[in-house]
Amino acid sequence: MTTNKRGLAQQLWDFFCSLKLSIFLLIGLALTSIIGTIIPQGPQREYLATLSEMKIRLYSSLGFFDMYHSWWFILLLYLLTLNLICCSIKRLPRVWKIVSEPVLVMDETFQKSLTSVKELKLRGSKADLKDRVAALLKAEFAEAVVTERDGSYHLFAQKSPYSRLGVYVVHLSIIIIFIGALIGSFFGYKAYVNIPEGGAISQVDSRTGKQIDLGFQVACSKFSVSFYDTGAPKEFKSILTVLENGQPVKGYVDIPIVVNDPLTYKGITFYQSSYGPTDEGALYHISVRDRNTGATTKLEGRQGERLALPGGAFLSVMEATQDVRPFLKDFDGPGAQVEFTPAGGKSQPFVILSQKWDTFNAQHGGDVVISFDGMDQKFFTGLQVAKDPGVLVVWLGCALMVIGICMAFFMSHKRIWARVSDDGVTVGGSASKNPAGFEIGFDELVQKLNKV
Amino acid sequence: MSSSNLFNVTMIAYMVSTCIFFAMLASRNKAVGIAGTYAALFGFVVQTVAIGLRWKESYDQGHGHAPLSNLYESVVFFAWTIVLIFLVIDFKYKYRAIGFFVIPFALFGMAWAQLSLDAGIQPLVPALQSNWLVYHVITCFLGYAAFAVACGISIMYLIREKVEQTGGNVSAGGTLAMFPSIRILDDLNYKAIMIGFPLLTLGIVTGAIWANYAWGTYWSWDPKETWSLIVWFIYAAFLHARITRGWVGRRAAILSIIGFAATIFCYLGVNLLLSGLHSYGG
Repeated sequence: MTTNKRGLAQQLWDFFCSLKLSIFLLIGLALTSIIGTIIPQGPQREYLATLSEMKIRLYSSLGFFDMYHSWWFILLLYLLTLNLICCSIKRLPRVWKIVSEPVLVMDETFQKSLTSVKELKLRGSKADLKDRVAALLKAEFAEAVVTERDGSYHLFAQKSPYSRLGVYVVHLSIIIIFIGALIGSFFGYKAYVNIPEGGAISQVDSRTGKQIDLGFQVACSKFSVSFYDTGAPKEFKSILTVLENGQPVKGYVDIPIVVNDPLTYKGITFYQSSYGPTDEGALYHISVRDRNTGATTKLEGRQGERLALPGGAFLSVMEATQDVRPFLKDFDGPGAQVEFTPAGGKSQPFVILSQKWDTFNAQHGGDVVISFDGMDQKFFTGLQVAKDPGVLVVWLGCALMVIGICMAFFMSHKRIWARVSDDGVTVGGSASKNPAGFEIGFDELVQKLNKV
Repeated sequence: MSSSNLFNVTMIAYMVSTCIFFAMLASRNKAVGIAGTYAALFGFVVQTVAIGLRWKESYDQGHGHAPLSNLYESVVFFAWTIVLIFLVIDFKYKYRAIGFFVIPFALFGMAWAQLSLDAGIQPLVPALQSNWLVYHVITCFLGYAAFAVACGISIMYLIREKVEQTGGNVSAGGTLAMFPSIRILDDLNYKAIMIGFPLLTLGIVTGAIWANYAWGTYWSWDPKETWSLIVWFIYAAFLHARITRGWVGRRAAILSIIGFAATIFCYLGVNLLLSGLHSYGG
């Protein structure tokens, strides 16, 4: 009974230590990860509308709409972590022993465990051969340790033994990254907040729908957006001030933040993310010139408001922009889509531009020429808010990963043994990485040894 | 001389290089191969100058940014990195036949960029205005390029193995005699991936740092991020398979080709077929 139990535990242990499980999990993670890149993640109404009810039920029961947080995907990640921990526990002591207590003598049994073994066709006295082989090893490979046993000389030379630990540094780094991610998810949050120009906030909305008190206030005195000549956005900028108990905090007054240059205060970082017009709407400025007298009247109004023009006509601004270039290629400056209703006539929609484009504006408007002078628009700035105390741990993991990969890849623990006995010289070698590549180098070394 | 003209010269040089490598395989004359390498080297030098010139041109237009910001520029840079990694491996190991299986990737990229992509220099949108753009793009594309070279080598592996298995006489001076031996091809495949994997890792890490700096999240399972991780998983599986019995050789070659297919999907497929943060300009 006990042996059976031990057998089961042993089997389970072997299962979690196996490299086949690693390969299976890595390929499994690669394949399943594809699902979430094809099925849009999160609540996507438009996408859901294209699916049948059956599919929606199936997908949501499998967690496909939030796949990377579904129980089975997290399980795969945990299994991978468990796998690499078990692999490391099983192999590290042995590897450490190889690093700290190298095998100095290649006897018959050990020789059989090596893939690269060659008999040399050298003649000469043992002591002389030993010196010649040692000298060549030193010149071509590394300095050899010589051990004398049973009337034979045993030479051992090695290169970069610590590279063997690179793999475990990488495994450790993955665990550190996961720990950093867990710290972030338990003690941090991601949130979002809109601040109107001239306004201030002290709470933000987390992604999970909670209201979070910051413990201080953030005010936005101005938001601005600028464009390139092509019409593409050039810069989104908010001017922020941090306030404690209504008082501006020294060093945090009127700080400009743009995309790629956030503001951090007390471990909470504010990122420029979006913007939009405030609810109160824009104030439009319009000039109306009488075609006969040349007299100009200035008008102001908000979206959809019916403005009375001299002469009994009415005008409503439907939509407007500060810059028409993205919409009308050959024009620039502000422009508006308006609805013009002549006295006793039918309403006509058309576009008006600034006074610079007078001939364009003169195409419409009956007795008057209407031009658009611009608008006053108040904006709100949309800020991404993040607190992540785990992020430094993640960076530590990333740094270790890169270091570990370089140790494991660009360095190989190469070992060469030579036995100089009465039967001749036997050379054996092994490498921790890339046996095929090592064999090529080993063969070259053997050729050189044959010529000493 | 504008950068666009120089890119055309580059494309022609890569075409000439491909033809010479083909001639080498057809004529079984190793001496011809060196001309193929020099043609590729010439193209590479011209392309380097052209990329520098395009950088300067962007300053002349008042934008001033590294030429790594849209699909055209990235395809051109990808071609450049492929030839760079090829030249490194070529000068180190001198297996010229590899050129015929690698330079066409660069040629195809240059031809696609020059013939059908928008070559206009666009100013940087706010999201791309960061030094991390340069570090991120350079590391990612060097990694991709190493995988491209590994894929070319793996194709050679499969061809040679197939011919050997069907009893083709390899050593008697046939075209295949120009190929490195199966053992060397397998080793070169591994070496190229060993160049690519650390670079891809650095590319993902720099991307994560940048994302954290720009948005406050180092990982958001955006399709591009996820695909880069898929590629990383595949090559991690390759590296672990390497130390498992029975996964050297043929299976390693197939995994390497699958890895490159995933790389190409990560690079182009995600942008052309899926939605996400990495929409290239234009």
